[in-house]
Amino acid sequence: MSHDSTAHSSPPVTLHVPRDAAALSVGAEATAHALLTEARRRGISINLIRNGSRGMLSFEPLVEVSTPAGRVAYGPVTAADVPGLFEAGFLHGRPHPLAHGRTEEMDYFKQQERLTFARVGLTDPRSLEDYLAHRGYRGLTHALALDPAAIVETISASGLRGRGGAAFPAGIKWKTVLGAPAAQKYVVCNADEGDSGTFSDRMLMEGDPFVLIEGMTIAGLATGATRGYIYLRWEYPDARVALEAAIASAMAAGYLGADILGSGRRFDLEVRMGAGAYICGEETSLLESLEGKRGQVRFKPPLPALKGLFGQPTVINNVITLASVPIIMDRGADYYQHFGLGRSRGTLPLQLAGNIKRGGLVEKAFGITLRELLYDYGGGSLSGRPIRAVQVGGPLGAYLPESQFDTPIDYEAFTAVGGMLGHGGIVVFDDTVDMGTQARYAMEFCATESCGKCTPCRIGSTRGVEVIDRLLAGHRDQEHLLRDLCDTLTHGSLCALGGLTPYPVLSALNHFPEDFLRSVPPDAAPPGAAQPGAAQPAAAAPA
Amino acid sequence: MTGKPTRRVIPIQREVGDGLDSRERATVAAACGRLKAEAGSLLPVLHAVQSALGHVPKAAVPMIAGELNLSVAEVHGVISFYHYFRTTPAGRHVVHVCRAEACQAVGATALEAHAKRLLGIDYHGTTADGAVSLEPVYCLGNCALGPSVMVDERLVGRVTTGRFDELMSDCRAPAESS
Repeated sequence: MSHDSTAHSSPPVTLHVPRDAAALSVGAEATAHALLTEARRRGISINLIRNGSRGMLSFEPLVEVSTPAGRVAYGPVTAADVPGLFEAGFLHGRPHPLAHGRTEEMDYFKQQERLTFARVGLTDPRSLEDYLAHRGYRGLTHALALDPAAIVETISASGLRGRGGAAFPAGIKWKTVLGAPAAQKYVVCNADEGDSGTFSDRMLMEGDPFVLIEGMTIAGLATGATRGYIYLRWEYPDARVALEAAIASAMAAGYLGADILGSGRRFDLEVRMGAGAYICGEETSLLESLEGKRGQVRFKPPLPALKGLFGQPTVINNVITLASVPIIMDRGADYYQHFGLGRSRGTLPLQLAGNIKRGGLVEKAFGITLRELLYDYGGGSLSGRPIRAVQVGGPLGAYLPESQFDTPIDYEAFTAVGGMLGHGGIVVFDDTVDMGTQARYAMEFCATESCGKCTPCRIGSTRGVEVIDRLLAGHRDQEHLLRDLCDTLTHGSLCALGGLTPYPVLSALNHFPEDFLRSVPPDAAPPGAAQPGAAQPAAAAPA
Repeated sequence: MTGKPTRRVIPIQREVGDGLDSRERATVAAACGRLKAEAGSLLPVLHAVQSALGHVPKAAVPMIAGELNLSVAEVHGVISFYHYFRTTPAGRHVVHVCRAEACQAVGATALEAHAKRLLGIDYHGTTADGAVSLEPVYCLGNCALGPSVMVDERLVGRVTTGRFDELMSDCRAPAESS
C-alpha cells in the first residue's frame, strides 16, 4: 500500500543472500524467496545476488543491502522477518532490530585479515566477471610471465605451509615435483575436509571457487603438471555444484584447458567425489582412492611428490593452501609473509565451532590467542555456561583446558603445549562435557575410520575403547594399560590417524582426570572379568 | 591330442548381470560405458550407479568388474571400504545424522537417540514404510550451527528434536511421486 514512490524511478537495489550451505541450513533459501516475493508484491524491483557467506554464521541468513555508504547487514533474517524489513525501509539501509550497520564495520569482521578469504561473501561465486573485477586471475597472469623455478621460489619465500594440518612448507613440495622428470605430472587438491569443527574449505569452495582453480593452475605451471583433480567429500554437494560451474566458466573463457590465456600451456581440472572415509584426508590414502581403490595408506617413501597419483610426480595440497597461492603471486611473497610470527607466516582461517555463541570463520594472522578467539570473537559458550575444554585441530587434536587458552595460534606454540593446530578448527565444550566420554569417542572414531593397514591403529583402537570402558567403570589399574597402548599407537602407526588419536585421549586424561574417576572400583571383579559388560556403568555391577 | 574323452564343462560363474532387472542392467552398463575410459574410474562408476539406483546391487559387482577389467574382489573391497556406498536398497529418503564432536557439544547425542526412537530403527536401518533410511555421518561441515543432519542432499542446521520431527513427517508424507 505504502509504495515508496522513489523506488520506482531509482535503479533496482542490490541485495545479497548467501547460497553457502551453512546459510541454507538455517533457511537462506526461504529468506531469498520471501525477499523476491515481497518485493514483487510491493512493485519494487530488486537485484538479488547469491554470494558466499561472510563467515559470521550466527547471523545467518545474513541479508546485505547495497547502499551508497556500502553494504549494510541485517541478520539473522528469517522469511517471517522480511515484510517488517521492507516496512522499516531496509532497502535504504534504515534501522531495524536486526540491523548491524555496515558489514565491514561489524566487530566480528573488521579486525579480520582476509587474504585467502578476501572475496568470500563479497562476490558472486558464479560470476567470472565479478572474480576478475576483484583482482581475480592477477596471480595467474603474473605467473605466466615467470619461469617455473621463479614461481616455486615465490611460494617458498612467502613461507606458506600446508594448511591441511601437517604444515609442511608448500615451496619444498613444489620444488620436488618440479625437479622430478616425468611425462605426466598431477596437481591434486585435498578437499576431503573431514575434521569436525572445520568448514573453511567448504566455505571457500562455495564462496570463491575461482581462487582455488587459479591456485591449482599456478601449481600446474610451477611444476609442469597438466592435469588436476579436486578430491571432494560427498558430504559437500553444494561445493561440488559451485566448483563444477566455476570450472566450466573458466574453461569457456580460456583460463583452463589446452591453451591457458594463449600461453600454449595446458591445465585440465576435474572434481572427483569421495565416499565417506575420513582416512582419505590422508594424502596417500586419498591418492589410492583417486586411483579407484580402497583408501588404504601407502608407505612413505616414496613421497607423493616423486611417485604420487598413478605413480607420477604429484603436488598434493589442501584447499586453503592452494587458494592462498593467487594472492601470493599477485601481491608478492613479502606481502604475505609480513603477516604472522616465527615460522608461521601469513594468515590462518580459523573456525569457531561447537558450543559457541558466535561461531564462524575468522581469518587472522598467526599470533592471535585462543582466548581472544573464544571470547572476543566467539562471545563465550552458546549455552552461557563456562567453557571447560576446547578441542583444536579436529578429532585428532588435543583437548585444552582453560589454563592453556593463552596459547597463541602458531604451529610451534601448539606443539609445545602438547597439541596441534591442524586445519584450524576450534570446537568448544561447556562444563557439562564428560571428558571420559570424549576420550572413548576418540578411540571409537579411530576404530570406525581406521583403514586397517597397520596393526596398532586397526586393533589398538578397538582395544582402546575396551580399556577406556574398564577405566571408566572404576578399574583404576587400566590407566597404565591405556598409556602403554597410546604409546604403541603414537610410535607404531603408519599415519596420523593412529599416530595422533592418543592426543585427544591423553589430553583428556591428563587435564581432566576427575572425569575418569567417577565410578567406584568394583573390587570384587578382576579387570578382565568386567569385559563383556564393560560398556555398562559401574552402578550396574554387583555391589 | 587324440583319443581324450570329451569333458562336460560345468560353468562355475553365472551369467554377468544375472540378478539385475533390465533397468538396473542398463544403468550399470551406461555408467561403465561413459566412465571406464577415465583413469581410476571405479569410484565415479559406483557413484553413478548409487545415484541412479539408490544403492549398488550386489549383482552389479561382477558386471562392473568385467567392464572395468577388475576382479570381483577388488570391486567388492572398494564398495565395502567406503561408508557411503550401500548394497541394499535405501528408503525414499536417506537421513544422515552428524555424530562428530562439534555437534556433540550442542546436543547431537540426544538427537541421535531421539531419531532412533522416533523412527524405531537403528543406524543403517530403514523404516517399515520404506520412507527413511538412517545413517551416521562424521561431520557435515556445519560445525558452528549444529546439531546438523542431511536429508538426501539438503543440509539442515540447529536441529532440535522438534525440528527433526517436522523433517521426518515431511519425509514420511505420502503422495510423493518417486
